[in-house]
Amino acid sequence: MSWVFLRDLLSGVNKYSTGIGRIWVAVVFMFCLLVYVAATENIWKHEHDESECNIKQPGCENVCVDHFFPVSHIRLWALQLIMVSTPLLLVVFHVAYRENREKHHNQKLYKNPGNIDGRLLCTYLISLILKTGLEIVFLVLFYKLYSGFKIPCLVKCDIKPCPNTVDCYISKPTEKMIFLYFLVATSCLCTILNLSELSYLVFKYSIKCYPKRHMKKQQ
Amino acid sequence: MDWGALHTILGGVNKHSTSIGKIWLTVLFIFRIMILVVAAERVWGDEQDDFVCNTLQPGCRNVCYDHFFPISHIRLWALQLIFVSTPALLVAMHVAYRRHEKKRQFRKGDQKCEFKDIEEIRKQRFRIEGSLWWTYTSSIFFRLIFEAVFMYAFYFMYDGFRMPRLMKCNAWPCPNTVDCFVSRPTEKTVFTIFMIAVSSICILLNVAELCYLLTKFFLRRSKKAGNLKQQPNHENKEETKQNEMNELISDSCQNTVIGFSS
Repeated sequence: MSWVFLRDLLSGVNKYSTGIGRIWVAVVFMFCLLVYVAATENIWKHEHDESECNIKQPGCENVCVDHFFPVSHIRLWALQLIMVSTPLLLVVFHVAYRENREKHHNQKLYKNPGNIDGRLLCTYLISLILKTGLEIVFLVLFYKLYSGFKIPCLVKCDIKPCPNTVDCYISKPTEKMIFLYFLVATSCLCTILNLSELSYLVFKYSIKCYPKRHMKKQQ
Repeated sequence: MDWGALHTILGGVNKHSTSIGKIWLTVLFIFRIMILVVAAERVWGDEQDDFVCNTLQPGCRNVCYDHFFPISHIRLWALQLIFVSTPALLVAMHVAYRRHEKKRQFRKGDQKCEFKDIEEIRKQRFRIEGSLWWTYTSSIFFRLIFEAVFMYAFYFMYDGFRMPRLMKCNAWPCPNTVDCFVSRPTEKTVFTIFMIAVSSICILLNVAELCYLLTKFFLRRSKKAGNLKQQPNHENKEETKQNEMNELISDSCQNTVIGFSS
């Protein structure tokens, strides 16, 4: 699976980000994307084949694994990476729109089309809110789907066609749990960075606007 | 996507590194990342499939494998390489910040700025001094810490660096003590020792670089103190300013030469 597009998107957006935004891009790239591709994909590669149930009844193993892992952790992680990076496209499109407008009118309408001010600031803030929201949604989803952030080594299953309560053993549960905690920690760090960036931008631009309003009132 | 993207990021930092830093980067890429991707991943590829236990009890093999290998060697090395490469991002960010400041000065038309165009600012190689020295030294310090922590974690988890052929397991649901056989133990031991040896070399290089930077810092400080003592009052200030200007000019000439030669 090629993540080159996401990597290029992250590097491209870097130009229009604040300092904290750039740190966020670095964290997502190094600790999420690189860890996902270099390490985690292989752990979950043969999870279905390597899981074993203590029964010879055909179909029981399939049904039990499907019941306890409706969506594999690795697929949910990949979805999270993609969804969390998508709001950045809003900023990219807005900057492209500004540049297009300048070209169309054949004059310099903006000091610098990539400068975060005016409506681009609103777009940037919306993308930050969406990014934060999506991180939190995926964390809650992980928690709800798997009853906490634990991966048991044994699950007891009694769904048809299993004739009675059957023991099913998950492959590499400790390794999967270590990387799951790593993912949760990185998500929390990304959420904190997004919230800091949001507060920084709101604070910065309210300080900028406050003297202007004060002067207008005096006049 | 592979480790190539990491190579691009670290390659950018390479320009501003010391010679020892450049050697460290080469060792990292050739002897660690390349060996990991080209050889080690294949050796550990069939680790669970060929981990065989002398029992037919379903689940016993899974549980025993999980007990003896809480985290695979390969994944631990990949994590180690990622963590060890991360401090270089601090230097990359600091350099990017400095470039941004120079570009701002250039756009304002500041006469102090010695560059003729933005391209020159982009290609400029920064000397490791001032605040960049502190960032660079901290990044080496963090690298050392991460290397040491991972090596210790490795030693602690696997009781040394040898891969045994046979492991005795009596975790539930194994009915009694069961013999489990690891696949390719000798090959795995060889690669483990190789990776540990290269990690140790990287630690030594980092320590050497740290000592070099500290020595350079103290020498520069004592030189400045010596200069100040020899030439008192404002004449001294003008001289030092002139020296700094000369240094900057000679640096920019050197950069131009380096730019042409590269």
